[in-house]
Amino acid sequence: MTLSFLLLAAIAILGAAAAMNLKSAVHCVLALTLGMVGLAALYLQLGAQFVGLTQLLVYVGAVAILAVFAIMLTRSRTGETVAHGSASSRISGALTALLVFAVLAWAIFTGVSPQPLSGAQPEASVREVGVALMQRFVLPLEIIGVLLTAALVGAGVLAIEEKGGDR
Amino acid sequence: MPEMVDQIFVLLKHWIMGYVPGSLQPLCSAILSVLPILVVFPLLFAITTVLERKGLGRMQNRYGPNRAGPWGILQPAADGIKSLTKEDIVPRSADQLVHLLAPVLIVIASFLVYSVVPVGRNMVVADLNAGVLFFFAIGSMVELAVFMAGWSSRSKYSLLGAMRAIAQMISYEMPMVLSGVVAIMAAGSLSTVTIVNMQAGYTGIWPHWYLFTPWGITGYILFMIAATAESNRCPFDLPEGESEIIAGYFIEYSGFKFALFFVAEYLGMMATSAMAITLFLGGWAAPFSFLTWIPSWFWFFAKLIFMLMIFIWIRGTLPRLRMDQLMNFGWKFMLPLSLINIVCAGLWHYLPAGFTRWSVISLLLLLSCFLLSRSLRRSKWFQERTYRFAS
Repeated sequence: MTLSFLLLAAIAILGAAAAMNLKSAVHCVLALTLGMVGLAALYLQLGAQFVGLTQLLVYVGAVAILAVFAIMLTRSRTGETVAHGSASSRISGALTALLVFAVLAWAIFTGVSPQPLSGAQPEASVREVGVALMQRFVLPLEIIGVLLTAALVGAGVLAIEEKGGDR
Repeated sequence: MPEMVDQIFVLLKHWIMGYVPGSLQPLCSAILSVLPILVVFPLLFAITTVLERKGLGRMQNRYGPNRAGPWGILQPAADGIKSLTKEDIVPRSADQLVHLLAPVLIVIASFLVYSVVPVGRNMVVADLNAGVLFFFAIGSMVELAVFMAGWSSRSKYSLLGAMRAIAQMISYEMPMVLSGVVAIMAAGSLSTVTIVNMQAGYTGIWPHWYLFTPWGITGYILFMIAATAESNRCPFDLPEGESEIIAGYFIEYSGFKFALFFVAEYLGMMATSAMAITLFLGGWAAPFSFLTWIPSWFWFFAKLIFMLMIFIWIRGTLPRLRMDQLMNFGWKFMLPLSLINIVCAGLWHYLPAGFTRWSVISLLLLLSCFLLSRSLRRSKWFQERTYRFAS
């Protein structure tokens, strides 16, 4: 464990923890974004450039902005405080988190990689990702494309119906 | 000799590195790569502000700044001293921490994107495998900083400005990325260095820039329009519209924090210009084969200043768009055309080289451009405007 790993992990965990505990909804989104940036930096540190940069592009560039827009458009007063859950929901949440953590830890410690990790980093990883997406995983890619298009059309239909009486 | 002048900065760095002990070398190498970026681009920003004010003054039939120094060239220094000595006022109801972080974040993001821009042969801070992706990923952080600035000020004007800015940036980010994709397709790489190297050859005296293909020039024009919108410049300066919302998202900032937003806007403009140069104008490559003796970094900065001139010219020429025009143009013209452009670039790759390929692809692009603009004009948005709350 290097110093940079510890720092980045601390940023990611602090961001996630702050996202759960801060009062203002906008602060929560910003803290969550910080956690996402920490995760992206961890990916970059591991040499997974494509994953890291995509994480940055999708979560910072799209998801955070979307969340911010949702808060802006749905709340009457900007930055309204969030109601934190009751005691029972907190306990169940903690239990779920603990279970997920236990399963992940078990998988990491007992799992063996099918081939021993070689020292050499795979070069041109972006190219490999592209080739895999276009050849082996082309059907899932197409299905996701259709799904997203359907979601887009659905969102458009919902948006139009609201203004129906106006026209 | 030309090779030595071309590589003079690289040689200088190696010469300094020779005096550094081994354990400090990675750190020293990083500092020596980053420091020129931190010096050169703010300096270029200072020059650009003078050029812009003088140029705009010329276009508007007035003098522009002419008091500080000969021909007003010391104006940026005066501006800098002024903003450093001004009082830094933070609104009492503002969110203090976020208000402080927003200008810092926007400047960090604006500087980070320069790390993948090749400013000359062998002159790039980080030759990333996914350099273009890095550029767009860091560029999207600017939107968040804009939101932070607008929201934390607790002012209606700044919030409206932030909403406008984010809506505009999201709408024009997609055409920008998609119009850049054609260059990535042609080069077969996401690395900025590889993209520039692929454009480095010459046929006769003419260079192999992607600009000189039908899909290249379409992509370049689309990229530049989207870049203008991304950097919130005229005619896309709705987020700052002085006559409507005074100054937009940074209205509650004063002193040097305000100057930081100004710096970030110009740095962003230069960064997108640099990316357009990298993707379509051959990066640091000379425009003619007989001019290759002039150093590569000179060509890069010559192209950059040329692009900045175009930005200034457009700002002095065009009036501001309306919000609905902005959105319709972005989603109904720019986005479809950039998608068609990608298909055309793919077709270009598989058609046999020659005059037929040129004419077929050009015709296809011109036709789609014509049809798309016709449908824009036909739509009711561009008819005479009716006002609901005014006569």
